[in-house]
Formats: sequence, C-alpha cells, structure tokens
Amino acid sequence: METNNQRLLHTFAALADLGQEIANTSDFEEMLRASFHLLLGSVAVRRGAVARYDRGRDSLRVIASRGLEQSPEAALPIDRDHAGRLASLGTSLTLKDVTAEAERFMGDHQAAFAAVEINLLVPLVVRERLIGVVLLGEKASGDKYTEEDLETLSALARHIAVGINSHHLLDEVKRKAEENRHLYDGLRAIYKETVRAFAAAIDMKDRYTQGHSVRVGKYSEVIAREMGWSDNQVEGITIAGYLHDIGKLIVDLSVINSPERFSAKDSAEMSKHPAAGYEILSPISHPYADIPLMARYHHERMDGNGYPDGLKGDQIPPGAKIVTLADSFDAMTTDRPYRKKLPLTDVLEDFRQNTGTQFDPAVVCAFCRAFLNEIEGKKERRLLNLLNRNYDDLEGVTPILNQMLTEFDGAALAAVSN
Amino acid sequence: MEETTGATPIETRRVGDTAIIYASDYLNKLSGERIERECKRQLESGQHGVVINFRDTELVNSIGVSILMGVIDAAERSRARLIFCEVNSQTASLFEMLGLAKHVRIAKDEGEAVAWIEGENNTAATVHHA
Repeated sequence: METNNQRLLHTFAALADLGQEIANTSDFEEMLRASFHLLLGSVAVRRGAVARYDRGRDSLRVIASRGLEQSPEAALPIDRDHAGRLASLGTSLTLKDVTAEAERFMGDHQAAFAAVEINLLVPLVVRERLIGVVLLGEKASGDKYTEEDLETLSALARHIAVGINSHHLLDEVKRKAEENRHLYDGLRAIYKETVRAFAAAIDMKDRYTQGHSVRVGKYSEVIAREMGWSDNQVEGITIAGYLHDIGKLIVDLSVINSPERFSAKDSAEMSKHPAAGYEILSPISHPYADIPLMARYHHERMDGNGYPDGLKGDQIPPGAKIVTLADSFDAMTTDRPYRKKLPLTDVLEDFRQNTGTQFDPAVVCAFCRAFLNEIEGKKERRLLNLLNRNYDDLEGVTPILNQMLTEFDGAALAAVSN
Repeated sequence: MEETTGATPIETRRVGDTAIIYASDYLNKLSGERIERECKRQLESGQHGVVINFRDTELVNSIGVSILMGVIDAAERSRARLIFCEVNSQTASLFEMLGLAKHVRIAKDEGEAVAWIEGENNTAATVHHA
C-alpha cells in the first residue's frame, strides 16, 4: 500500500512538473528534452527516444533520446498506412497494442536500433493526427510493463503531443505571417510603382509641369521626415504628393496648357481639381491614411481663404499643409508658361510673407531646417538635388532661412502647444 | 573542489582514486544536469570510482531519476564503480520501487562507499596479478 502511494505521488509530481515544462515556450528543444526525461523518470525507463512525425517526408525524426549509444539515423521512414494505424490507436492504448507496434517498429528499423531493445511504442496523437512516437526500452527494474505504467506513460505522452503540436502550429502561424508580410511588401511596392506611373501620367498632361507631382512627393517626404513623422507616415505623404494633382485629369487640356495666366473662367475650372482628386482617390483602399484628404485640401490656406472648402488652421489636415508648401515651392522654382522660375531668395520671401496666412509656421520651419541642414552639409542633399542645376547660387539663402526660423519657430511652437 | 558553472556550484572532493560528488537538496533538471556533467567529467578524466552523496537531498523528481539513470549508464560504459550514499529513507524507497537499486549500490555513508570501491579495486588488482 505504501509503495502504491509512493508510486502515485511520484506520478502525480511528474505530471505537475510536466505542466511546468510544457509551459516553457521559449526553448522548444529544451522543453521537449526535459518532458521526455520526465516521462522516462516517471516509470524509470533507462533507454528511449521521442520522434516527431513528418507527414511530408513519411518519416520519424528522433528529437530527444536517452541511453541510445548508437544514435539512430536522423529520419526513420514510416509508411502512411502505419502512421494511419498509429493515429487510429489514439489515446486508448493497450499493452498489447503498444508492444505489438514496438515489435513491428523494431522489425522495420533493425539497423538503427541494433543495440537497443524497444519494448513499447506509444503514439503521440492529437485530434486523430499522428504527431510522433515515444519509443521505450526496458524498465530499470527489469519488470514487465503494467497497465498502470501504460496509463502513466499515456497521460504524460498526451501532454507532450499537445506541446509538440502547439509548437508546430505556432511555427505554421509564424511562417504564414512571414509569407503574408512578403506578399504585403510586394503589393506595397507594386502600389508605389503604380502611383509613380500615375504621377508621371498626370504630369504628362501638362507639358510645363513635367515631374511636378514626383517632386512634390519628394519635397513632402523631406519636410515630413524633418517634422519627425514615422516611416509609414512619410511613405504616405510621399504618395499623397505624387497624387495631389490627380484631379487635373478632368480639367480641360486647353486650360492646363494655357500659355497665359488663367482667366477667371479658367481659374474656376482649375479650382475643381482638388475636389475631383478626392473623388477619384476616395474609393481606393490606400495602405496609408488620409491620401484623398491631402489631395482635396492642398489648396486650403491657414486663413480660410483657400479652396475647395475654405478650411482654416487646424481644420486642415497636417499632411495637406505639407503638400501645400511642397506644391508652392515646386511651382515657384520651375518655369511656367507665363513666367520664369523665381530666385530662391524671392521664393523664401514669398514663404515668409505668407506664413501664418497661407502656410503653417510649423511646416515652414521644418522646411527651413531641412534646407539649412543640407546647405551646411549636415544632411543628405535631397532638396538641393531636386532643385538641381536650376539653382547653383545659394548666396543669400542661408541668412533668410535663419531669419525665418527665428521669426516663426515661436509661432510654430505656440501652434503645437495649442 | 567545486564546479563553477550553474547557479549553485556542485561540491566535489577526492578520496584516493574516488570522486565524491554532493547532490543538492532537490534533485531536479537543473541540479541533476550539473551532477551529470560533473560525473561525466570525472569519468572522462579517468576516475574509476564515483560516489554521489545524497546527504542534503530531500527530494528526487522524475527528471532527477532519469538523469541518475543516465549517470548509471555512463558509469557502466566507462567500467567505473558508482555508489550512492547517505540516501534518506524516502529516496531509498523510491530508488527501490523504480528499480534503480538494482543497478547501483547504496552505501550507508561515504566511508562505506569508499571502502566498497577500494575493496573492489583491490579485488580486481589481485585477480589481475594472479
């Protein structure tokens, strides 16, 4: 009676310890090794192995063993019928079954287990699927296995099977997630390329503004990065820059390509393009937020005198404010049919005069900081490369940029704190 | 001499050609593996007798049992003599129940364990000379 109690206590402790081991998800191999040794120790089996079933390769791979001097080959072939039969044994095992399976296994793998006698083969089954097998040699006592031993071993084996299966499922989930990430990255790349192609198509409509949309996208990117936006947000505003003029597709070619300043009628026609752009972009599921809104509001002004909705101040989305400045900068630094590009000092003077009324001070400051950093060689030349050969002479620019920063930094800070 | 790897060092000492290894209060995976490593180290260094002293051991769990069976195997392979000693009654009855006692002798104390090993060594030497 006392021995029975001690055996029960030992088994109970083994189950409790196994629970702790299975919960160790950080190191699967270690979890499995410890669980297997726990199983061996529960009925004091000197030799044995646990093998995982690989359905794709019709094989069993030994993943932990004890006392097998000659390590069995890495993969032990097992045919589908045999695997199916082991799975069908499930968890209602009898000594007769597991002994017969061990004999059959030994017959199939004599070479691998020449020096070891395998007395029991306990299948690891989860939801009628074979996960692996536990192979057990003789007991340290030399006694035959009893039904009680098998009950203990089966209970422990079920836990190990669930542990292996959970790990397998987790691996599968991780693999799928990785696959999906690759697919998503691929789709994003295709999306970006498509948008760039679209931007080029938009600009082709206007022979005076070729490359405008791509440049606005890149200027917006530089400004947003200077403002501390996240990589994803920066990608989004770059795309918004590329697409901000997409509404021009519905504007008549003769208006767009007019060699003179717009008449009132032409202006009214042109002023439709932000709202039209919004209509075009809204039905699309963009991977970035607010792209249609940035197209709609890139002609709004801080003082509320812009179009199409006359929004003012914080009513205008931050991204639209950035695109507004980038759009104006490119417009003023490229030739138009009715005027030549403006000197940089004039462009900056225009910004200075219109900060707070047309442009957001925080955006202007970010632009000035980015520009200064490039001129002083502190950052990669992005704005300067986009300005390209048109502006070799940067004399006079630095003091204006510094002055604007001094003048508007306080306003920008106040705007942020409000 | 102490094994320095692991959280708690394994205490060992030598008496003649015999290494004595002291098991900790709870023989589980962590402490068991340290004992296993130390035993294997002693066996690989050519030690022909190893005594594991369980004077501090209150409890041996299933992994501890499995590890001790591994140590028994390793000693058999090295043809070395392995003796357990100062095993408390609960652990002794566990070893008896599980059949470990069939593969390893359990001495009352270190003196007896060392004497058994030396006695067997002397017998082996006598047989060899004869």
